[in-house]
Amino acid sequence: MSVNGSHNAKPKDRTDQRAEVALGALASAVLLLIGFMIVFVFSKAWPSFAHNGLAWFGPGGNVDEQLANIFNSPANPSNYVYTMHAWPLLYATALITGAAVVLSTAISLLSAMFIVEFAPQAMRRVMQPVIRLLAAVPSVVYGLIGILVLVPFVGNHVISGSEKDAVRYVIQLDGTSILVGVLVLTVMITPIMVAITTDALRSVPRNWTEGAAALGVNRWRALRTVGLRAARPAIVAAIVLATARALGEAIMLSMVSGSVGFAPNPLDGTTFIFEPARTLAATIVDNAEGLSVKPFGQTVYAFAAVLLISSFFLSFAGWAARQSMRKYTLQAR
Amino acid sequence: MDPLIPAEEEGFDPLREPMSVAAQLPPPVRRIAVEEAPTVAQPPAAGNGHVAPTAVAALAKRMPRADTAPLERMRTEALSIAYGQKLAVNQVSLTVRQGEVLALIGPSGCGKTTLLRSLNRLVDLTPAASRGGKILLDGEDVDLFDVTHLRRRVGMLFQQPNPFPMSIFDNVAYGLRERGSKKPSKRELEPVVVAALERAGLLEEVKDNLDHPALALSGGQQQRLCIARSLAVQPEVLLLDEPCSALDPISTQVIEETIVSLRSEIAIVIVTHNLQQAQRVADHVAFMYLGDLVEYGEAERVFGSPVAERTREYVSGGFG
Amino acid sequence: MSTHAHAPAPPASGPPSLVHRRGEESWSRGDKIGVGLAWAAGILLCALAAAIVLYMLFRGLQYLSLTLLASHPLPSLDQTKSGGFLDPIEGTVILTILGTAIATPIGVGIAVWLSEYARPSWLARAVESGVEIVAGTPSIVLAIFGLLVFQQSVFGFLSFTAEGNAVFGRSFFTAGAMMALIALPLIVGSTREALQSIPSHVREASYALGKDRISTIRRVLLPASRRGIGTGVTLGMGRIVGDTAIVVILLGASQQIQPENGTPVWGLLKGTGSTLTTYVYNNSPAGEGGAPQKAYAAAFVLLVIVIFLNFAVDLIARRKEPTWTR
Repeated sequence: MSVNGSHNAKPKDRTDQRAEVALGALASAVLLLIGFMIVFVFSKAWPSFAHNGLAWFGPGGNVDEQLANIFNSPANPSNYVYTMHAWPLLYATALITGAAVVLSTAISLLSAMFIVEFAPQAMRRVMQPVIRLLAAVPSVVYGLIGILVLVPFVGNHVISGSEKDAVRYVIQLDGTSILVGVLVLTVMITPIMVAITTDALRSVPRNWTEGAAALGVNRWRALRTVGLRAARPAIVAAIVLATARALGEAIMLSMVSGSVGFAPNPLDGTTFIFEPARTLAATIVDNAEGLSVKPFGQTVYAFAAVLLISSFFLSFAGWAARQSMRKYTLQAR
Repeated sequence: MDPLIPAEEEGFDPLREPMSVAAQLPPPVRRIAVEEAPTVAQPPAAGNGHVAPTAVAALAKRMPRADTAPLERMRTEALSIAYGQKLAVNQVSLTVRQGEVLALIGPSGCGKTTLLRSLNRLVDLTPAASRGGKILLDGEDVDLFDVTHLRRRVGMLFQQPNPFPMSIFDNVAYGLRERGSKKPSKRELEPVVVAALERAGLLEEVKDNLDHPALALSGGQQQRLCIARSLAVQPEVLLLDEPCSALDPISTQVIEETIVSLRSEIAIVIVTHNLQQAQRVADHVAFMYLGDLVEYGEAERVFGSPVAERTREYVSGGFG
Repeated sequence: MSTHAHAPAPPASGPPSLVHRRGEESWSRGDKIGVGLAWAAGILLCALAAAIVLYMLFRGLQYLSLTLLASHPLPSLDQTKSGGFLDPIEGTVILTILGTAIATPIGVGIAVWLSEYARPSWLARAVESGVEIVAGTPSIVLAIFGLLVFQQSVFGFLSFTAEGNAVFGRSFFTAGAMMALIALPLIVGSTREALQSIPSHVREASYALGKDRISTIRRVLLPASRRGIGTGVTLGMGRIVGDTAIVVILLGASQQIQPENGTPVWGLLKGTGSTLTTYVYNNSPAGEGGAPQKAYAAAFVLLVIVIFLNFAVDLIARRKEPTWTR
């Protein structure tokens, strides 16, 4: 951070002071930007929340119909339609994001342990650049493969005709589904998590790994008990990062998880995973053209506001979790 | 990738707690019978240019000897260890006995730590290491049985105390929990953990809160915790790699007393840089120099009247 | 796994049940399952990566042709036979350059302030968190926030203004500005790391020569951090190239680049267009969907660009770090 020189200490030139102020202002602009973002988005979104109250978050009615009604509001501002019960979107977001993060965490932890401890040297050398590459692939490419390969496969070969019939009166099953959405999203967020977790497992102090080995604990157990434990803060950071990415994923999901604001019904049994759904982010992308219609735009901004709050909350939760883990790390002393 | 928060490895800084340890420590749990009168080594009767009594030997205060007959536990036969092309240990044969403490002494780089780490096959973790000769535990070749079994019977204590990032209880119970499929319950473990802590001389200080994080303990306490952790799995041999070099004198004394008290049940091998420490605790001494075993014998003889010239130089402080 | 036969009676301390457990096998069933799962996960990951890369390679080479790369997108009923994606390629390039050009000076400036000044400390911590928050905000949210801002008449000079004074808010400028935001945290992070790895005696030496802080930064520290800055900028470029949401919202929906009338460069930047990412999106079944072949070809080109940028990051990172021996 700031350097305190010894004899020729902090130069107090006028240009230097001006430079410091200028750079400081630049840095503070970031904070200003975030402030503006919160203020603008929320002020635009407010009417939608105000008109619906808490029912905004609840179920009731068909989201797409409600959106259409809002879009077709009469021109008179006092007659704007605002009715929106966004529960299917919230539910879809939580479901798809949650499932993808859980799946991805499991696969990432196991893969990271594999890379650090059990993988043959040749495999290890190949996997490193490959994982970094996967992390850099644009989401639209994942979406393309999803929509051109997975969706038809699921729609034609996995979902049976009888399953389609069973829910025909409620929803069409054509392959765009939460199954494909979760699968592709998992593949998207796993590489980042694997990269962070492998780094963390590799940096476990050798003191501990040798100590565990010296007690006669086999490699897997030692990795699982001491290694994962030592890497816990990094793993939490990785999960937060991956969840943020999953939450904000709009394009890929709008391509593969369905374009209907439908809430999949778990009571449908296994057909449940074949039902389409649409997250908040995907809804915003799908409805971006109508932003100029006032009440419609405000509703869409309301969706964005919910996303914004969620991502703030996520960052904060990650920070809090890392703080509580400090007492068990070497920094405790 | 994105900035991480991995736990940084901070080196242990013994300078951080000079005074506090002395203030905190209660009287040691077990006070061994008081030091004997200093022995002055007598020069051998025959006058063929033999060594003068070493000054160090004259001043040393010895802990009392064990009274049980030593039983052989481990043996190395022409053991050689190389890292890549470089030979670190050259054809060393020595015996580790239960009932006595074997000290490995020698200057830095002489191979004593490598030798120690080969006894529980920890050198196998270094990819470039290769081993020749035999190591026997109770007469069986250690390469023939599973390495985790070996390490449960031959425990190790490291130079830097390395308690895991868990509570005190979990640390001591670790070796017992992470073996095999059936996990013992906390109730089953508790008496074992308490007993191990007591043997290590730590129980008095921590018994009020065994769920405290182990990393919050002081350096000396952490090292005793590591002793308790090793003792909990009931090893037959205990290897100590300069266990007190990072600790203050009072913790060192407590640990030395613990070591001596353990030797009747466990065969102990200690690598140490500190000649006085070796004199205090060792029954047998092996002096190594550049990978060779230069001298091996009873402590009094090696310190008092060493046979090899090199040993005499080292033991009198000529080099180190 | 032989069990020892000659062990003397174990010491009396300790309850017997735990002592007898010494004969247990070293790998329990749970452990073996765990290792098996780890192997499975590793192989699964490799297989997935191989599948994705090979499939895209296959499809891309199958459908990519020189005409596609060189010709403009044409409106036509049968998309499979007409037009290429030259404009989207240009759009990607323009947007990336614009976004990077805006983000780099700002990012480096913020990194310098955080690393060399950082007073008052509460402000420094707030700015750090702020950059992290920007990094974590979904790009779709940044996109519609950008729309909100740039549709204000005050920013009319940055995009189309239709009759009736409704500011369109969508142009290369506006999209570029928001793209700069998503590249910013990467540049700040990399630069800061590079600056912090310069030992303090270098700064002290410069001050001892009479230089003030800002010239030290400009003449000594920044040139020494070139590697970190380069890495950050390339990573940022990678992120810009791959983003679709901002383009969909902020670049307008025209397939071809439509500059606004008037001056060549300024008009171009005020105009609308498309990028490879929106081109892929629009040509997939999620968009108009008529020509999946073109979508594959464009996606392949996109992948090649991303791989190249990744490779460039590696190259930059591997360049010899300046050694600061005394």
